[in-house]
Amino acid sequence: MPRVIVLAGTRKGCFLLESDGDRRDWSVRGPFCENWPVYHAIHDDGMLYAAAASEWHGAGVWRSGDFGETWELSSEGLKYENGDLKLSKISGLRAGHGRLLAGAEAAGVFESRDGARTWTLLSTLDGLPGRDDWNDPSKQPPGHLGMPGLLAHPDDPDRFWVVVQGYGIFETTDAGDTWTPRNRGLRADWPLDDPEVGYCVHKLVMAPDRERLYQQNHCGVHRSDDAGQSWTEITEGLPSDFGFAAVAHPHDRDGFYVIPLDAGHGRVMPDGHAAVWRTRDAGNSWQRLDRGLPHEGAHLGVLREGLATDGLDEPGIYFGTSTGQVFASADEGETWSEIAGYLPGVASVEVAVVG
Amino acid sequence: MADIHLPPTLPPLFPGLPRQLELEAATVDEAIESLDERWPGLRDRLCEPGPALRPHINVFADQERAALDSAITTTSRVDVIAAISGG
Repeated sequence: MPRVIVLAGTRKGCFLLESDGDRRDWSVRGPFCENWPVYHAIHDDGMLYAAAASEWHGAGVWRSGDFGETWELSSEGLKYENGDLKLSKISGLRAGHGRLLAGAEAAGVFESRDGARTWTLLSTLDGLPGRDDWNDPSKQPPGHLGMPGLLAHPDDPDRFWVVVQGYGIFETTDAGDTWTPRNRGLRADWPLDDPEVGYCVHKLVMAPDRERLYQQNHCGVHRSDDAGQSWTEITEGLPSDFGFAAVAHPHDRDGFYVIPLDAGHGRVMPDGHAAVWRTRDAGNSWQRLDRGLPHEGAHLGVLREGLATDGLDEPGIYFGTSTGQVFASADEGETWSEIAGYLPGVASVEVAVVG
Repeated sequence: MADIHLPPTLPPLFPGLPRQLELEAATVDEAIESLDERWPGLRDRLCEPGPALRPHINVFADQERAALDSAITTTSRVDVIAAISGG
């Protein structure tokens, strides 16, 4: 029977929640990574990686080759050597094709080919529309605009998509040498200087057919049937067009999950009623999944990397909240239980299935 | 030799790194370079490109606020302090 390990990246380190293939009983280990804030923790081929940033000591990636027993930190190469760009954190990680990709703030994508020991800057998307503005402090919101989203094509190592906060999706098919904006059809509820960019993509995911993409945007939920070349909004039927987290069903191209949140300052689940929403028909209709979740008084927020699946035959779905709960479903979201209740605020949830 | 005191957040990152040690250096930058030679990567935990001390890292040489180019002597006490911040 496999081990199922949920990696929870939190404001105070990484935690590992472990069960077997039944996914009923869970144990919690941690905190790891010296309690550094962890923005995204992932698993790849027996290794755990946690992107972290300390206010004192800067950004880095923690790595563990023994499922959390020991950890090492490395940031060699994770810096902008020249110019005005400053690397304040690593926002997202993706593994594949024997390589790790890291999205940074300020926006840039780094690559490691030695298991996060050393890193090389692939691109800061120079020359792309919006590039100068997203690095201009006078045009940024509080904080910085970074690159939180990375999506690697499972078949083509040179092809991947990145998300620049507030500007949208860019695709490369030559490992970062050249890029194309992929935002056609998206909605922006604000004026745009250039119709190609200026979209606030919160989470970009790929369906198992490796052609369809879905996204949760600041302005609605959208589907692309041509790998991002054009987008169609599929928000109708959801209680809110706003949210951060999203995950595709691992076996059904028409299956997709989001967690709608109130927009504005709240950014928590509407009416204090915790729920994940699912479509089984590519966004034509939506079902609220809330059996086992609190139906009142649950003002829960979930961030962009906070929703994940384990990819098992009957997929488990997991989400972590900004107030430190982790909920799990072993039946595709039909029923839920809380598997951790008192963690620090959760920034990311990913799942490793081992054995 | 200069008497170097490090914050408690550093030793967990570098096996064998003590909280206090003595070393030869003429400036704060040389002291950090000496530490980085023995514990590779340590410079990046205290400095950012420029180079400059990270914004939340404070260095005091003989109780005076210091920068990377500040001089130290064989009798100096150098305190590296992580700012009181966070929550």
